[in-house]
Amino acid sequence: MGQPHAPLLSLRGLTRRFGGLTAVDGIDLDLAKGGLVSIIGPNGAGKTTLFNLVTGLDRPDAGTVNFEGHDITGLSPERLAAQGIARTFQLGRVFGNLSVMDNVLIGAHTRLRAVKPAVPVIGPLLELGLALLRPSSVRDEEERLREEIKAILARFGERLLPRIDQPAYSLSYANRRRVEIARALALKPRLLLLDEPTAGMNPSETAEMQTLVAELKAEGLTILLIEHKLEMVMRLSDRVIVMDEGKKIAEGPGEAVRGDPKVIEAYLGHGLSGTPEQESAA
Amino acid sequence: MSSWLDYTINGLIVGNVYALVAVGLALIFGVSRLINFAQGSIYLVGAYIGWVAVVQLHTPLPLTIIFVAVAAALVGLIIERFGLRPLQNSVRIAPLLATIGISFVLDQLVMLTFSPNPRALPSQLPDIRFQIGGGTIGPLDLLIAGVGISSALLLFVFLRYTKLGWAVRAASQDRDAAMQMGVDVNRVNQTVFGIAAALGGVSGLLVGMYYNQIDTAMSLQATLKGVVAEVVGGAGNVPGAVIGSLLLGLVESYGVAVFGTSYRNLFAFLLLVVVLVLRPNGLFASARQAPPEPLTGTFIAPSRPVRIPRWALAVAVAAFAILPLLPVSFYILQTLINAWLLGMLALSLTLVAGTIGQVSLGHAALLAIGAYTSALLSLTLNIPVGLAIVAGGLMSAALGTILISPSFRLRGHYVSIATLAIGEIVSLVILNWESVTRGPIGISGIPPLSLFGYDLISPASVYWFAYAVMVVLALLQSRLLGSHLGRSFRAIRDDDIAARAYGLSLNRYKSLAFIFGGFAAGISGGIAAHLYSYINHETFNTQQSILALTVVILGGLGNVVGAIVGAVALVGLPEMFRIAAEYRILIYGIVLLLLVRFRPQGLLGTI
Ligand SMILES: Nc1ncnc2c1ncn2[C@@H]1O[C@H](COP(=O)(O)OP(=O)(O)OP(=O)(O)O)[C@@H](O)[C@H]1O
Ligand SMILES: [Mg+2]
Repeated sequence: MGQPHAPLLSLRGLTRRFGGLTAVDGIDLDLAKGGLVSIIGPNGAGKTTLFNLVTGLDRPDAGTVNFEGHDITGLSPERLAAQGIARTFQLGRVFGNLSVMDNVLIGAHTRLRAVKPAVPVIGPLLELGLALLRPSSVRDEEERLREEIKAILARFGERLLPRIDQPAYSLSYANRRRVEIARALALKPRLLLLDEPTAGMNPSETAEMQTLVAELKAEGLTILLIEHKLEMVMRLSDRVIVMDEGKKIAEGPGEAVRGDPKVIEAYLGHGLSGTPEQESAA
Repeated sequence: MSSWLDYTINGLIVGNVYALVAVGLALIFGVSRLINFAQGSIYLVGAYIGWVAVVQLHTPLPLTIIFVAVAAALVGLIIERFGLRPLQNSVRIAPLLATIGISFVLDQLVMLTFSPNPRALPSQLPDIRFQIGGGTIGPLDLLIAGVGISSALLLFVFLRYTKLGWAVRAASQDRDAAMQMGVDVNRVNQTVFGIAAALGGVSGLLVGMYYNQIDTAMSLQATLKGVVAEVVGGAGNVPGAVIGSLLLGLVESYGVAVFGTSYRNLFAFLLLVVVLVLRPNGLFASARQAPPEPLTGTFIAPSRPVRIPRWALAVAVAAFAILPLLPVSFYILQTLINAWLLGMLALSLTLVAGTIGQVSLGHAALLAIGAYTSALLSLTLNIPVGLAIVAGGLMSAALGTILISPSFRLRGHYVSIATLAIGEIVSLVILNWESVTRGPIGISGIPPLSLFGYDLISPASVYWFAYAVMVVLALLQSRLLGSHLGRSFRAIRDDDIAARAYGLSLNRYKSLAFIFGGFAAGISGGIAAHLYSYINHETFNTQQSILALTVVILGGLGNVVGAIVGAVALVGLPEMFRIAAEYRILIYGIVLLLLVRFRPQGLLGTI
């Protein structure tokens, strides 16, 4: 663990280039435990790429990622998940043929203990054997997780619980996004990254999502949020970071950032293509 | 041939021929992100059309070439229009399976029309050789080089300076953007398939003339070689495909020079595996490119499995168990024994291809490993047959998983290429490792099935044995699917990126799937070895891999009951209708095509 007031997550000079394009350009960022920082910026600003760098799905060309005082730059996504970093995906990546329950259970995968003994070399074979034999310890663990997941799904009211055994591909778009968030919560994350959780949602659904994120924050979860809906960003964020063409162009409390001429220009300069309310539904 | 120069010339000439196949593959991959497994079949068709032209119509050489190019292009256009275009909006696995099915249908049609026996294809050129340096070169070599170079030039001019060529390039750079700019993707696809087929057909003709022999086995070899060259050069990269082909030709030629002819293909496939592992985007791609497969979109069709009540399953299991007690013919038992063996293979493949989404085209290699292990252990070490079969299963699980592990980093179509190549490597090693496997002679006198010292001689006892083993494997697999591993496998299949982001290690879970599946396949191979009493390197071939794949698709990907139902249907129905053996493969190919088109989720649905 780091010093008492060291940030939970801190990025220094994070950079990722794609050919001639610098998608993320020297980003610095600090996120305190229990804090919520939002990242906004026009389409193509590099927000999702930044998430990929933090979660290990992509590797930076330069710069470092620190999590709880440890350098985690370039670690695999599997290891980062095990360390408590969970994310949702902008375009939605639920497991289409898995039921809602199974989707969310995958979220709890890193917390399996009884069926995944931490034994080197023969660990995987033991896992296979335990999965087939299913002694009572394994069954109990599975049962406990299932109960826990029902509790997580209950946070979404009657949206998901009645559909718990339906395959995810049969859900509405908004429900699939909810399944993704439920899956992330099942990991018991220490850091949660949400990539446009309200994309494609109508105003009432957005309001519901906003309430949920506020609750999560109140429970002490540390959150990094990408969001185009400024209304929500202003309400929830401790701090807002504005990105444009890979660079951080402004940072500060929501209201201050909103009035920043550079920010306004960044949005206008892109021909309004990235006006905050517009969705890049794909 | 003796000198290094000769081997170099030979390598370059053969490379030139591969280039004609590989360039077509690269063009097609470029615009439709599809590896066309039917490319070798077009090459085969080209060779036989050439034979008809030369031997029966006595056309002069230039006319022969044009005739073959036009006829092959027509075949390509038909494939594109009727085989692939209807699948444009379906899941990614569909066109892959379709080209496999088309390839089987074309090969069988050629075989049925011309018989499987090799034919001589005279070269129509004077048989003289010119001395250059320390080597010699003949007119046919020059012709092949000439055709290669002029096709490359024509293609370059077409792609660079014509409107349609520009559209092809645009579509291969960014298909969606090209469509928005008004590029007619269907026309681009047609063009590309036409060109690819014409080149492939001419290549078949030239190879036939070069070796003065054509036969139906050429097809698979050509597909494999073309794919190797294309992947080495970087999928979708046309100049890369040419260089990859020449490199492949040279590697093979030098390999033959040093180790002998039977090692030719081994070098090709090892080259492929090395490139896939070290540089999956090809030798010339920058190391960190976006992966060539789209990241989103599901690989397999969503569906709801058909729920079969437990009591119905129990009744069915019991009914088949008491079948030998009823007055049924030996012939029916024999057929069902074959179905149970195929069922075990299908269980294995449905786990690997269906549950975890690794569409393996080399699954017969697992049978071979199990069969050879069990046969050799019982023959040379006198290990009891029952134990030897289990050892075969374990060996297949272990060795199969190790061999396949280089492909764990790959996705989609690449997995299929890698498994196809690894399957070929296994059969080549069996052929060449004479001290252990007895090479081409094969293993005869394998002891019959026995259990606890009792030989299983009567058809009923063999039936019960195979049936019991299959039912136990099926029960185990169902239990596996119900565990956390079942959902982990399926999650990796549906979206491996999201799966990794939630802590699922692809290596770990793909290994476990192959270990479990390898065991079932190895057991099946082991039982088959003792049943047949003779096996060789061709006993377990690609046809069986494709048959198993058809069974799996028919039953529903990942569906345990479906795998068994599919096996009974595909083994049983042709027997019931007394369909002659040579038409069966054709029917399997057609069944595969129809399924992909009309019922991609299979009879009982994907799980
Ligand atoms: N794998 C990749 N290869 C090449 N370029 C990429 C890749 N991923 C992203 N880019 C480019 O990097 C830039 C930043 O993309 P990114 O998806 O991070 O933007 P974003 O801020 O999330 O935009 P949006 O608001 O539309 O989600 C874009 O120009 C994009 O085209
Ligand atoms: Mg984004």
